[in-house]
Amino acid sequence: MRYIEPHAHMVSRVTDDYAAMVTAGCAAVCEPAFWAGFDRGSPQAFHDYFCQLTEYEPRRAAKFGLPHFCWLCLNPKEAEDPGFAREVLALIPQFLDRPNVLGIGEIGLNKNSRNELQVLEWHVDLAARTGQLILVHTPHLEDKFKGTRLTLDVLRADSRIRPERVIIDHVEEHTVKMVLDAGFWAGMTLYPETKCTPARAIDILERYGPERLWLNSACDWGVSEPLVVARTTLEMRRRGWSAEAVDRVIYQNPLRFLSQCPRFKLP
Amino acid sequence: MTRQQVLDLYFLAARHQLIEIAAFLDRVDRAEGEADFRLGAFAAALRCLQEAPPGERATAVLMALSDPTTEPLPKAPGKGAVGAWSGQRLAA
Ligand SMILES: [Zn+2]
Repeated sequence: MRYIEPHAHMVSRVTDDYAAMVTAGCAAVCEPAFWAGFDRGSPQAFHDYFCQLTEYEPRRAAKFGLPHFCWLCLNPKEAEDPGFAREVLALIPQFLDRPNVLGIGEIGLNKNSRNELQVLEWHVDLAARTGQLILVHTPHLEDKFKGTRLTLDVLRADSRIRPERVIIDHVEEHTVKMVLDAGFWAGMTLYPETKCTPARAIDILERYGPERLWLNSACDWGVSEPLVVARTTLEMRRRGWSAEAVDRVIYQNPLRFLSQCPRFKLP
Repeated sequence: MTRQQVLDLYFLAARHQLIEIAAFLDRVDRAEGEADFRLGAFAAALRCLQEAPPGERATAVLMALSDPTTEPLPKAPGKGAVGAWSGQRLAA
């Protein structure tokens, strides 16, 4: 079995996770920029984080033979201060040519505030001006439906944005249809208590088809499971999926989307 | 999958989760003090199990727990989410 982990926050995982992922068939890991669990104290802290994502973490992954890619942005949980956000956004362009950078992400909304929306628009503009792929985080729990609608409004309002170059992550039953209907890709995150379970993610795949959907673990410093994409294939097989159908969702789909970035190359 | 296959694969897990919900509600019943808006939202979501159209139950439950408004908030009230919307729903 082979799979691509398109969303994992490896800076907060241990080396055992790298070993286990590679053993399970992981062929590449992609790491969106995210919240550290606390607010960073200065824009310089983001500079250091972007260095970690583009220099140190790919070297750590390479020790396990795993290609490591990343997405850069100011995450939505730290987007309530527009002045601070502007300073962080100004740092991003100098990193965009680094060999493992896939695009701008995970941007989006958290509590669906006006400032978060403004910062989302700035990120979308940056991606459009620099021709980057976009990875969008959608809000948690009660805020997801509203946040997904507001996010789609922002993306559709910018005529430079091509939906096939944008993936909207953490969809569930109540948001997947609006994302796919608008032409975007959709990511399903497999979490123990929130977001999707393997069974529900497979339900969604069976209902809407595998055309523009992928699976990810979004493993980070919280309760999450780095091998859950691999484990989900057990349930697919129990439900009668062929090896080819499984491969399409967990390997070929992320490969197809990510290959739109010329820097995404697997050995 | 046939209905029989779905039952073979998922009945025990669903039974387990159903009893967990029942026991959770019993636990809430035995506890003291006032509940907050989450309990009412939970009850409304439970009704969706019976009232939602076939094949739409998960979506209906998620919607019963979601903020249905469309206006961005003037300011983010902290960072976290609790799993249910605290606002007032207009009567259908
Ligand atoms: Zn994430």
